[in-house]
Amino acid sequence: MISSTSETILLIQDLHASVEDQQILHGVNLIVKEGEIHAIMGRNGSGKSTLSKVIAGHPSYNVLSGSIQFKGTNILELAPEERARIGIFLGFQYPVEIPGVSNLEFLRVATNARRKELLKSELDTFEFEDLVKERLKIVEMDPAFLERSVNEGFSGGEKKRNEILQMALLEPAISILDETDSGLDIDALRIVASGINKLSKPNSATILITHYQRLLNEITPDFVHIMADGQIIKTGNKDLAVELEKSGYDFIDKNTEDKEIAK
Amino acid sequence: MNSSAICEEWLSSLPPMQGYLKKEQSIGRQSLFEHGMPSNKDEAWRLCNFNRLNSFLSLPIVINNKNVSSKLKYIPEKDKDRERIIIDPNGNPAKNIIPTNGIEQLNDREIEENLGKIVKSTNVKNDLSVSLNQASSSELLALKVKSNMKESLEIVIPSIEGNSISTRIFLLIEEGAKLDLLQVFLGNTNSTQNHLIEIKVESNVELTHGLISLGEEKKSSSICTLAVQQSANSKYSLNSIHHGWDYARFEPRIIQKEGDASTNIKGLQVTKSKEQIATHSQIRFEGPNGKLDQLQKAVASEYSHSIFNGSIEVPQKAQKTEAAQLSRNLLLSKRAKIDTKPELEIVADDVRCTHGATVSQLQDEELFYLLSRGIDNKHANSLLLQGYYDEVVSDFPQSAWKWNFIEKLIKDINK
Repeated sequence: MISSTSETILLIQDLHASVEDQQILHGVNLIVKEGEIHAIMGRNGSGKSTLSKVIAGHPSYNVLSGSIQFKGTNILELAPEERARIGIFLGFQYPVEIPGVSNLEFLRVATNARRKELLKSELDTFEFEDLVKERLKIVEMDPAFLERSVNEGFSGGEKKRNEILQMALLEPAISILDETDSGLDIDALRIVASGINKLSKPNSATILITHYQRLLNEITPDFVHIMADGQIIKTGNKDLAVELEKSGYDFIDKNTEDKEIAK
Repeated sequence: MNSSAICEEWLSSLPPMQGYLKKEQSIGRQSLFEHGMPSNKDEAWRLCNFNRLNSFLSLPIVINNKNVSSKLKYIPEKDKDRERIIIDPNGNPAKNIIPTNGIEQLNDREIEENLGKIVKSTNVKNDLSVSLNQASSSELLALKVKSNMKESLEIVIPSIEGNSISTRIFLLIEEGAKLDLLQVFLGNTNSTQNHLIEIKVESNVELTHGLISLGEEKKSSSICTLAVQQSANSKYSLNSIHHGWDYARFEPRIIQKEGDASTNIKGLQVTKSKEQIATHSQIRFEGPNGKLDQLQKAVASEYSHSIFNGSIEVPQKAQKTEAAQLSRNLLLSKRAKIDTKPELEIVADDVRCTHGATVSQLQDEELFYLLSRGIDNKHANSLLLQGYYDEVVSDFPQSAWKWNFIEKLIKDINK
């Protein structure tokens, strides 16, 4: 799906960021173009989730320097809701439970916020129900989950399906899916992965943050990046993930050591 | 003027004792005369805003004053299957009732046998809330709900601008009856209202009681004492909302006379500006196998003060009692204040009683989750508040929605 004329959706340059006065990102560079699927792998604490939160605009994370551009526009000044509306979607590693807030109502309000941005008409309750029922099929989700509170009492797998359902409704330009595969059994992983594949469009892009290659067996990435110490230290194709799975993160350490020696 | 002088002046301003509540008036006035107003040394009144409390004594009390009319504000249309009574402090409220199947007025003998007994059995010392009402109530709404009652009941009590009113209600829910009762208190500018409600719940009764208490205008205050006596095998569910009062005090007191009954209480009080709203609940089990599930929620914003005092008494004879009390509070401003205190007195040794209290803020992670889906800050906060209220609000009967209190609870807090 990649072509040389593809538009750049996300451009991250020399991004440094911190949370609670602790610097986590030490100069991240990343270019994501239309139609591309990127995978970011790396150990716990390497900065993968931080990167996703910073892109989405989480208020606890501070950008110290560097830039993030979405389709040529600097987004660092935008509030999280504005970033979401222009088409940036974060699939949460731990989707938040919100007791008392109906999942259906939440999905409708979110969908309409995005539709408004896209200059599409807002959907009333009935119109939205038709849309959501159709999109539920993508993640093979039971409509009963619409009647419940947002993520409340959902199993790990159900929560992740609900995330992909939101992605299906919001039709983002870029989806950053933070460990969408964690906590999923094999069947749920296939369903979620097939949902993501169905939603990949020539004019959108996906970043998969994952620890394991098993997700990448289901969704073939165009690029695999390895993060360590708040930087992307290696970029390759899907074979890099295979290599990583085979030899573990030790080879990164070796790699890093080599780099340091070279310095 | 100090509060005891205000109290004496108020007592002397009351009309002579008369009518069929004469005896009650005498009890209330005597008690006030002896004890006067409480001070912050009285544990039950320790946190009370006494300036606000004094407004109950400074505003003229409406007793048979034909010059004062209760201009009714907008009241939504009544439901087809719900009998509605609007209480006018100037007239006998019972006159408004169209006798229907299953609902009757109590006769004099029944009133004599029952009135005041339940509230007296709650044994509250220096019972100011009750004394104020007894001293000044001149009319009584006393109804009997029979087992063939088919409709539900709505009792609306509006306030009168610039005045103080006292209302007295007695309900006898007869054996085997099932009633859905909705009560609505409405505030008005510079007004107070004081309610004393006694409900005798006989055996095999299922009573669901919704209470919407909205002080909608400036300087409105409300005191409500609700004394309920449950017989064995009865089921009583109370859902209450208090909001918008400068000062409000709600005292639900429930006695399971023989144990073996079930009580469900869900309360919500939402305060803003400099309001003070307090709930002092008392639940007593006088026999074995009683069940209680109590959830008290509060949201305090701006400079407001929210108080909950939850007493549960389980004496020796109340073995196998199962009681759970939870106080959950949302503090939305640094200047707002929440006081919450469980008070469990357990003598019986074979019981299961739990209690807990939490104070928190709106969760940042919940908010970020909603924002990250493109929902704007204000709408996201509304959703979170609505979610917080839901646990209490969702149990109200459908016909309560027409009072639009949920919208108000959200709009007033999420400015």
